[in-house]
Amino acid sequence: MAGETNHPVGKSVPRVDALEKVTGAAQYVDDMAFGPGLLYGKLVHSPIAHGLIRAIDMSAALALPGVKAVVTGQDAPRRLGLYLKDRFIFAHDRVRYVGESVAGVVATSEEIAERAAALVHVEYEPLEPVFDPYLAAQSGAPLVHPDLGSYEVVNFIFPEPGTNISEHFRLRKGDTEAAWPRCATVVESTYTLPQIQHAPIETHIAVARWDPSDEITLWAASQSPFAQRDLLAQSLGVPHGKIRVISPYVGGGFGGKAGISIEANVALMAGAVKGRPVKVRMTREEEFIATNVRQSLVAKIKIGCDADGQLLAMEVTYYFGGGAYNDYGVNIARAAGYSCTGPYDVPNVKGDSLCVYTNHPIGSAMRGFGMPEIHWGIEQVMDLLAERIGMDPAEFRRRNCVRTDDTILTGMTMPRIDLVACIDKVTRAIGWGSQPAPSAPNKRRGKGIAIMWKAPAMPPNPGSSAIVRFNEDATLNVYVGGQEIGQGAFTVVAQMAAEALGIPYEWVRVSANPVDTKYSPYEWQTVASRLTWSMGNAVKAAAEDARAKILDIVARYWDEDPTDLDIKEGVVVSYRSEREQPLQKMVVYGLPNENFEGWQGGPIVGSGKFMPTYVTGLDPDTGQGTRAVVHYTVGAQAVDLEVDTETGAIEILTIASAYDVGKAINPDLVMTQIEGGAVHGMSSAFEGLRFDQSGRPINGSFVDYKIATAKDAPRAIHGDIVETPLEDGPWGARGVGEHVMVQTAPAIANALYAATGRRFTDLPLSSEKVYLAMHPEGPELSCELPDKDPPGA
Amino acid sequence: MLHEISLTVNGDHHAIVVRSHHTLLQVLREQLGITSPKRGCENGECGACTVLLDGLPVNSCLVLAPEADGAIIETTEGLSAGGELHPLQEAFIQHNAVQCGFCTPGMLMSSKALLDRNPHPTEDEIREALVGNLCRCTGYVRIIEAIQDVAGRGEEG
Repeated sequence: MAGETNHPVGKSVPRVDALEKVTGAAQYVDDMAFGPGLLYGKLVHSPIAHGLIRAIDMSAALALPGVKAVVTGQDAPRRLGLYLKDRFIFAHDRVRYVGESVAGVVATSEEIAERAAALVHVEYEPLEPVFDPYLAAQSGAPLVHPDLGSYEVVNFIFPEPGTNISEHFRLRKGDTEAAWPRCATVVESTYTLPQIQHAPIETHIAVARWDPSDEITLWAASQSPFAQRDLLAQSLGVPHGKIRVISPYVGGGFGGKAGISIEANVALMAGAVKGRPVKVRMTREEEFIATNVRQSLVAKIKIGCDADGQLLAMEVTYYFGGGAYNDYGVNIARAAGYSCTGPYDVPNVKGDSLCVYTNHPIGSAMRGFGMPEIHWGIEQVMDLLAERIGMDPAEFRRRNCVRTDDTILTGMTMPRIDLVACIDKVTRAIGWGSQPAPSAPNKRRGKGIAIMWKAPAMPPNPGSSAIVRFNEDATLNVYVGGQEIGQGAFTVVAQMAAEALGIPYEWVRVSANPVDTKYSPYEWQTVASRLTWSMGNAVKAAAEDARAKILDIVARYWDEDPTDLDIKEGVVVSYRSEREQPLQKMVVYGLPNENFEGWQGGPIVGSGKFMPTYVTGLDPDTGQGTRAVVHYTVGAQAVDLEVDTETGAIEILTIASAYDVGKAINPDLVMTQIEGGAVHGMSSAFEGLRFDQSGRPINGSFVDYKIATAKDAPRAIHGDIVETPLEDGPWGARGVGEHVMVQTAPAIANALYAATGRRFTDLPLSSEKVYLAMHPEGPELSCELPDKDPPGA
Repeated sequence: MLHEISLTVNGDHHAIVVRSHHTLLQVLREQLGITSPKRGCENGECGACTVLLDGLPVNSCLVLAPEADGAIIETTEGLSAGGELHPLQEAFIQHNAVQCGFCTPGMLMSSKALLDRNPHPTEDEIREALVGNLCRCTGYVRIIEAIQDVAGRGEEG
């Protein structure tokens, strides 16, 4: 045996799921076989943005041969929601956005279901819609939820009945009014961004079977099998144990498959045809308009600093466009509220973060959870201030950024991080301060920087659990309930289990696909970049539990003290006697007593859990409290880009990123998050759902809603990993999955300013917007639409 | 309307009855149980359903089933049919070019088509060849590197 113990943690081992995925063997929900009894469902969507449902006539649909059932919200209205129960599974009395599910049709084929869905006739009485979150928050705006005051809500969310405000988070620290006169300069600006789509390549899909015994099985592409079981149980009034959610590989989540979307609808549809599975797969167009999206935002920011560049005061009001239902969005506004300054130490803060109902699609979780939205403005005002006082933007950030042990805006003490190191890394990588010449006379080049922070935004006590089980040959199966959505969760689980037990990484198999609530250990949700940290802690605890059991058996066998023993490379060794005992066989059969007088031990099973126990409530009037969140991950990005002055086209040449991940369990997987996130962040700066005046989406396809392609990805994506161990992270690790795209858009905006001298406050960016900003007089060669006949006609 | 067609998929010959309005993607997934080509948009926009038809990459969601009569189809399942991974599959694993994996089969088939017709592509040619295959996870970086790696290996050999 090799003399040195192999340490899997910190090594870039290959992904455990890669072989399945490159051979086509990996199964997603749509690949699962349900036999010839499978029925197909189609949702009927509201064509109007706001209105009362007067009548639903399903006779024509039911008369179509092959149609088995039509389900509506008329008979058994059931409310659904994670934080604020504001939504019916199927619209009951009114519709609140174009695309809302009004009915579900079940038929023997997808084609028949689609035809029947078109035959469901719904009579609406249109109501005045409201689309802009700022206008919707003003008094007198049409009310999207007149019954808001009667909704069930968790105790840390504060809706304002009689308005469209579903959550109002207040942050008060120091005295901003007293601080403004002391500022050498103050800037004030408004920043906006539209709703955007997660656009995973796999659309939402669910299959449900409701047995005559009222046992419900749901197969779903899901980041949240356990949360979905919980929400279904509550909403349908069925015991948790009778609901089983099974989720195989997920073809991209990004938050869109967190919480609950179409799954409850499919369950109700299956309830109408008991005993037969029903499959609903969203088309790409449905995915764009009828599943959750990222919220829009109107951000009003006022900020000031002294002549030395020290931040003195900041006032922000965030109006999140939560769309028609805010059951998840309220917590995004809350997260944006308690992190409202961005990663800065500001002594006087007045923050108001509102989630506002509008008649647009449902705003919900998306990679970054409110942080990309608020950093869009924050990271631009920092540049404005730096310029006003004549300080380098990177230096301005070094001076003001949050540091370990700072008392941050909520009164919490900042756990260990090193944001300055991240700034140093990206400025070095991008060649900050140097001004390379543009590649052509018609081009301008510029560099920009932006920094970020983000905490996992969760209820105070989301739990993780894990089980490890040995086989006869000392290979280990690890059971977890977290989901592999592409981030590499299963791989780091295997590394952590191997490290904690002292066995080779190759001996570990992760038995977590599919996640099955009937057999998998509980995991709250695969969201918030929390798995490496939270599930990792549970896996480590389970492995340590198994390790302790093994050492106990061997210590008794050798008549030694367990503290003198260790497991290395799958062999128990004694530092005292230098004896060795391989794990093979003994981890199942145990060990014989002396002279073979009986046996001891037996199959080794370890279990572990983790749940943060220290998060406190916050004062509803000031947002102050001992510990608002578990921790923050911080990072920096710098962008080098070139703008074509003749077309306005932006070419991103380089994105350099650095994040403090505490400990990179698998450095190369961290790098793949950094790279993928940089491109996702870049793409998001050019994305936006567009609607016509009546609220109908007009770009629900990849032709009209473009996401970055292989040609758009920057030539150079640089990544650096900073490792400042987190106090309660496994081996010091904290999450990084979302952070990697949070500040890309403002870094691009700051680079655009450096290149063109123009500020862009409203996303999405486009060549047209850049061109028009650089040519305020309008295009030199205007391309006018012909009044009548085209030339030559 | 029903059509009797015959086609070869990953070396296996099939004589089957298909409906006129069904696509090659539907036939592969629903009639032949070949599920590596994915349904991502069914509009020819995302490339997740890419297969090789007589050696050329096509969006199988845009090929009507009767058009595939007599065709030789290759999918990701066929890349390692002999039990050994194709060099592209190995490179995708080695370079961590896979995240959620949903676009991966389509990416592999577009990559294979590229290397079959141009064993030593430039980076621009690789990016051009992948432009019809959308990926939301990886940022394409590792996929491009993996293809470059395989193209480079060819040079050495």
